[in-house]
Amino acid sequence: MSIKTLLFALIGIGLLIAAPMGQTNYIIYVLCSWLMFSIAAMGLNLTLGYAGQVSLAQASFIGIGAYVTSLVTLAGYHWVLGGLAAIGATFVIGLVLGYPALRVQHHFLAFVTLAFNTIVFLVLRNEEEITGGSFGLVGMPRPEFFGFKTMPQLHFYYLVLALFVIAAFVFWWIVHSPWGRAFKALRENSIRAESLGVDTRRITLLAFAIGSAFAGLAGAIMAPLVQFIEPGSFSLIHSLKILLMVVVGGAGFFFGPMLGAAVVIILPEFLRFTEGYYLMIYAALVIVLMVYSPQGLMGLGQKFLSLFRRKPEVRKDMEKGAQL
Amino acid sequence: MSELLQILISGLSAGSIYALAAVGFTLLWQASQTINFAQGEFVMLPAFLVLALSVKLGLPLWLAIIFAIFLSVLILGALFKKLVVEPMIQHGTLPLVIATIALGLLLKEAVKEFYSPLGQPFPSLLPEGVMTVFGAAVSIPDIANFVIAMGTIVGLQLFLGRTRTGRCMQATAQNPQVAQILGVDIKRMVLYTFLINGALAAIASILITPIYLAKFSNGEVLGLVAFIAAIVGGFNQIRGALVGGLLIGVIDNLSAAYISAEYRQAVPMVLLILIIMVRPQGLLGTSEGRAV
Amino acid sequence: MIRKLAMTTAAIAALTATAASAQVRIADVAELSGAGAAAGAVWHDGIKMAVEEINADGGILGEQIDLVAYDSQTDPQNSRAMVQKAIDEKTYVLMGTVYSSSTVVNMLVAMQNGMPQLTGSESPTITAKGNPYIFRTAFGAQKGLPKLGSYIKDDLGAQNVAVIWANTEFGKGGHDAFEKVAEAAGINIVADIPTEQAQVDFAADVAKLKSSGADAVFSYMTEEESARFLIEADKQSLGLPIVGDTVIASQKVIDLAGGAANGVASHVGLTAEAPIPAIQDMAAKFEAKFGYGADHNAIKGYLGVYTIKYVTEMIGSFDRQKFADTMHGLCLDAANHPGVLMDVCWDDTGEISRESFLVQVVDGKQQITKTLPAN
Repeated sequence: MSIKTLLFALIGIGLLIAAPMGQTNYIIYVLCSWLMFSIAAMGLNLTLGYAGQVSLAQASFIGIGAYVTSLVTLAGYHWVLGGLAAIGATFVIGLVLGYPALRVQHHFLAFVTLAFNTIVFLVLRNEEEITGGSFGLVGMPRPEFFGFKTMPQLHFYYLVLALFVIAAFVFWWIVHSPWGRAFKALRENSIRAESLGVDTRRITLLAFAIGSAFAGLAGAIMAPLVQFIEPGSFSLIHSLKILLMVVVGGAGFFFGPMLGAAVVIILPEFLRFTEGYYLMIYAALVIVLMVYSPQGLMGLGQKFLSLFRRKPEVRKDMEKGAQL
Repeated sequence: MSELLQILISGLSAGSIYALAAVGFTLLWQASQTINFAQGEFVMLPAFLVLALSVKLGLPLWLAIIFAIFLSVLILGALFKKLVVEPMIQHGTLPLVIATIALGLLLKEAVKEFYSPLGQPFPSLLPEGVMTVFGAAVSIPDIANFVIAMGTIVGLQLFLGRTRTGRCMQATAQNPQVAQILGVDIKRMVLYTFLINGALAAIASILITPIYLAKFSNGEVLGLVAFIAAIVGGFNQIRGALVGGLLIGVIDNLSAAYISAEYRQAVPMVLLILIIMVRPQGLLGTSEGRAV
Repeated sequence: MIRKLAMTTAAIAALTATAASAQVRIADVAELSGAGAAAGAVWHDGIKMAVEEINADGGILGEQIDLVAYDSQTDPQNSRAMVQKAIDEKTYVLMGTVYSSSTVVNMLVAMQNGMPQLTGSESPTITAKGNPYIFRTAFGAQKGLPKLGSYIKDDLGAQNVAVIWANTEFGKGGHDAFEKVAEAAGINIVADIPTEQAQVDFAADVAKLKSSGADAVFSYMTEEESARFLIEADKQSLGLPIVGDTVIASQKVIDLAGGAANGVASHVGLTAEAPIPAIQDMAAKFEAKFGYGADHNAIKGYLGVYTIKYVTEMIGSFDRQKFADTMHGLCLDAANHPGVLMDVCWDDTGEISRESFLVQVVDGKQQITKTLPAN
């Protein structure tokens, strides 16, 4: 990590620490849910932006994470146990689901995950003895760490922020490790990557499973944040919402998902005056964005910056068939 | 026995509508690699065009329907291609997928805001009569839906196979480069495909809405079903989409009645996963297809 | 100098004047968009009308009502956030939400903040959780359905009943409540058919009902699904009496299902057709104002706002805790409190008790067949 990146990261964390101060509970709640969705979107970014696989089941992985965490904490165990179980469960399910996806390429993974999302919704709703059915699960406690109670909204925000920073660091580390470079090699040119000895099968599977585990962590946060979960929150439409976050922000960019989640979660707050038209405007802007900058807002920003820079910093790894 | 027959007949009637939407879906895929996530909304919208023209503007129903089909061809066919697909096609499949998801959202929200968030009754062109066949109720709309939908698809097949334009369209879908070399105006052929999809969506919409009622959110269910039908049947064959549509219609009804009402939606999904694992090209699809 | 002084005094006077016409904020968190917009928008219009009437009449304790709408988008999580927002923004009393799946989530936040909440939801679970701040504007299903149970058994003489219900939090609540009623009344449930939210194809469900051997069908689904079911039942000439609660005989369902709705019998807590002049006046004003007919949701919202007015004037101050305490065990009679439209009582769980009606759809119109006493 260069000094510049480190400095940048520290400033960013500083801003996030300061952000909720003096704000109302509602704003803090919105910030929490932004960080939570950012984590889920980060996971999808790994799957989509770095390993080049479309997944339409991110919401169902959040759901699995949230239900596992809820069941563990409602049974009286500490949230940390629930969170670890959620991450573990989503990782393993990701492996199992991702395996058949390797046999078929690209849009077929999208179809398999789409079907999976619907099935998860039905299981959560129908298996009432375990999941509470359509009534959902309610009253998950917020955890306590060595006397630090996270019941107040602000305290909980700092817990979410800490988890977010850890997740972001893990993500950064994966992308910059030899592993992460293998992901990129795979996305840019899978045949070439394979010929150079990258085990594409294993790498793709891992990307998908790790991406799902991020969603599991987001679910582990959602359970104590909302203190109520029901199957409807994890239906297909929510997976599409997260997919939009990643692409609008900029798939393949580190900050893309956070930006995309901000557009979906925080921006509506500032656009109240548009009333019922907000979703329409958002949808229209997404279409325009896809026409002019399929790399999302980050891509747009980069294009804009490169107009002013003397030596534009071109991401070679984003180009097709880049050198390894 | 009469129950089973009833379920089969109803399944085929519903399935024929799914087939219309699924055929349009595969046409777009073949012609331009567009995976249209807004296909359900494409089937939802024309009914509201009819309502807007007949209820709000007071046109007679038959005229409203003709205008609505024309508008669908224009908006869902030509404009969709011009404004959404064409500028994006160079970026590859994913941005287009995202754009169609956004388009679906846009259409849904627009109908809700500008027409109504409430379900609307929709007039039927057909008489309501019901006859009983071996204890199963078969209504005239049921038969008409099936006949019109099948007729449309057979007509389309004949058009694609027997006419010069149709063959040019097929050539474009199979190999655009070669088609172009052979002097086919591939841009025009792709445009035709989009126009046909607009018309298919409008026909499906007008047939199904008297039973399903007009509601802005109807596309969510229909789009998913069309999607599954297309994949199950075979992505690169009109025949495949036809069989897929009918199959899903029947399976949905059978599973609701005999497997589990709670898991009825899961059955087509499981079928989808099985098909992808065992026969990724679909039941009737040919594996050569297009290299993706 | 003198002129300046005079101006300052005038300015101060103007300021105090604004302070004197202070406002009290009532929040409505409702399904203004999304799948529940059909119910939420009408509920909100009912509220709007009551607020305008009360404000024109001098407000509550001399203060004008400042009505703020929050859109839950029919999303439980979002409704929770909106309730939090309403509380942050100094709301006095909260109205909403209509969908039970949202209310069960957001009522927790209202409770944690000691915020009285008048909901339009009818799921039995809501008043079963011991939340001292939640109050209904319409019966829970567990209150209304026993009245229907005796109709099925005594008036229809049905022994075997098939149940078709929406597999959502709303429908499940009704389904479970009906199961208890059936057991108590000695009615056999011979077929139990869950359906999906936004389901469009009811062919298989009706076919199953047809061969179930039932004498009557109990249906508990939302508006569009009820209408689609009735259309399909008519097509397959199901030929069984169909009974339900509130929704199935609502004007919306009748409009959607057309002739297929004829003959449906239903228990309704509130209806614009009720043989009560106050309700008919309210419904006429509503139709003149918004251009469409009032339904039970409009009436719920309307009388909810008036309830806030009467209770607040009873306690003489804008005190949330007192408000909640006063409402438990309170009865308001329509003679002295015309805005509640019918005599009404709340028990210590916030459940409501009021007369209700048995209706039948005849020639596309709801007809009252019986007025049932409060229970």
